[in-house]
Amino acid sequence: MKVHEYQGKEILRKFGVTTPDGRVAFTVDEAVAAAEELGGSIWVVKAQIHAGGRGKGGGVKLARSIEEVREHSEAILGMQLVTHQTGPGGQKVRRLYIEEGCDIARELYVGMLLDRANGRLVVMASTEGGMDIEKVAEETPELIHKVWIDPAVGFGDYQARQLCFALGLSEKKQLRAASKFLRGLYDAYMQYDCSLAEINPLVVTGSGDVICLDAKLNFDDNALYRHPDVVAMRDLDEEDPSEVEAGEYGLSFIKLDGNIGCLVNGAGLAMATMDTIKLFGGDPANFLDVGGGATAEKVAAAFGIITSDPAVKAIFVNIFGGIMKCDVIAEGVITAVKTTGLEVPLVVRLQGTNAVQGKAMLAESGLNIIAVETMADGAKAAVAAVGA
Amino acid sequence: MSILVNKDTRLLVQGITGKHGGFHTKQAMEYGTVVVGGVTPGKGGQVSSHGVPIFNTVQEAVDATGANATSIYVPPPFAADAILEAIDAEIPVIICITEGIPVKDMLAVQRALESSDSRLVGPNCPGVITPGECKIGIMPGHIHKAGKIGVLSRSGTLTYEAVGQLSALGIGQSTCVGIGGDPIIGTKFLDVIKLFAADDDTLGFIMIGEIGGSAEEEGAAYIAEHVTKPVVGFIAGQTAPPGRRMGHAGAIVSGGQGTASSKMEAMAAAGISVVNSPSDMGITMQKLLTERGLLDEALA
Repeated sequence: MKVHEYQGKEILRKFGVTTPDGRVAFTVDEAVAAAEELGGSIWVVKAQIHAGGRGKGGGVKLARSIEEVREHSEAILGMQLVTHQTGPGGQKVRRLYIEEGCDIARELYVGMLLDRANGRLVVMASTEGGMDIEKVAEETPELIHKVWIDPAVGFGDYQARQLCFALGLSEKKQLRAASKFLRGLYDAYMQYDCSLAEINPLVVTGSGDVICLDAKLNFDDNALYRHPDVVAMRDLDEEDPSEVEAGEYGLSFIKLDGNIGCLVNGAGLAMATMDTIKLFGGDPANFLDVGGGATAEKVAAAFGIITSDPAVKAIFVNIFGGIMKCDVIAEGVITAVKTTGLEVPLVVRLQGTNAVQGKAMLAESGLNIIAVETMADGAKAAVAAVGA
Repeated sequence: MSILVNKDTRLLVQGITGKHGGFHTKQAMEYGTVVVGGVTPGKGGQVSSHGVPIFNTVQEAVDATGANATSIYVPPPFAADAILEAIDAEIPVIICITEGIPVKDMLAVQRALESSDSRLVGPNCPGVITPGECKIGIMPGHIHKAGKIGVLSRSGTLTYEAVGQLSALGIGQSTCVGIGGDPIIGTKFLDVIKLFAADDDTLGFIMIGEIGGSAEEEGAAYIAEHVTKPVVGFIAGQTAPPGRRMGHAGAIVSGGQGTASSKMEAMAAAGISVVNSPSDMGITMQKLLTERGLLDEALA
């Protein structure tokens, strides 16, 4: 799960991380009031969306007067902010963060995540703050310093110092401040079950303070049950409505740009189904895994979510029954078609547990179904049906 | 012959009184798996609906039954603790089916495994089956056929797809291992590849990966150096958008790392026959076996 920058900073402050003072605003008037309350003579107006790259997309502006705070807020609030992470349609800005300005001497990068190669958390630090860190990793990997954390001993003070010296933070006050920041970041990461923490940039001010200027925190979905305060920060406006609806039914669903809807059991098979459609010249409209123990009701709900997408011109149901029984899938499909109707060609492939019963039910239902035996044949039939 | 589990496997079920644990214990016993005990804290001394003795702790169960493998169906908040308990009781093979264990919990499990001789398969996996001998996990037993081709995969249903294709061609399986779709798993591609390579009765194997991480690349590097048996490979998620988690917690392309194309290239460079269409996994293995004069043995 993702949260906004201002929410991430709220969490980090609890762990002693220094950030600029700021206020969230949902209207232009609130933004102006926030700036007045913060005081000073320079503010930053920041669009709050979950995607990165906001500055380049025009979503972060410096204001040198209250009038400029108003102007920038009017411009940014409600805009479709396009960044390299939003896709071409962009994301509508519904919240602003008004922050006090900050005198930047150096911009650094600090990130923390799981290193899957060894099953350890890794803390990465770089002097190339404010840059696209993926580019730095690719072009100048020697500029990214890493320490791995042994879960039995935790994040060592010596490891924090190693990173600080690598970043050139050797002056006593900076060393202490940066070490305290790293400790706070690690504690927040662990206590909140984060899956990613990225501070880009971490800045050193003209007076030598170390301040977290941006904050990106992602959380492990599997651990949300122990963090109701994080769940309360969820912003449904940042998510696709069909994905939210699917989530309520316990379905794993991701909206894509194509026109062939997919209903599959199992994440691997669901990805493979999309790949096969693409291989034969089509484009999948979605990823959908109904899961292992789906009921007919759940299958019907999944079917409804797929058919509600006007872009969908054909549907491919691809099931390899294990625990999931093919007759349950057939029942769900028949129920869904009878209640919501079916206006596009439906290709069904049933294999595995109770496939014979499932196929018989579909044949007897009188529905107009293209029955196939293999995933490849199903993909070909679906692609042919949309006339691609 | 086979790897990991066979007719001598004496299985424990942690979470045997739960809905999933109970159901799959029944299925496993019907398949012929020797289930010697169950563990549910607080229900020690009782007998499960399958007629299996229940113990309060894994250690008690091991001491009483001589179990040499365990399967875990405990709900996610308690599953990592169940794995740690099995490691502490020094069970050689631990198979964790549970999906949804927090990564932070698995960091501790990973650390415990490093100083232990136990092997963990999973979590978030379909399990391990040696057809005709022992089935541990949630895979449908009836699609399998005893034989000499190994299958290893991060995905459940895609494993069934490969098995179904092989069985339909008359090609049986030595052992099928679902290693799991999570970011931290106990047994990786490399570990199973080494086992299959060393197993005299495995003629070749199918390796099914997916986007995320670099475990497929590690496995491919080993195959390039050490494996001469025929290997068929497939990677799911060629069309997955970057930054999105495709169902499995570990199936995500992040920071340009873990893409399907980089994995497929590494596998092809290692001499693996990589298929673009997952429907071709079975026939490609059949073709490789034919070319090497191994088909008759594989069909036996």
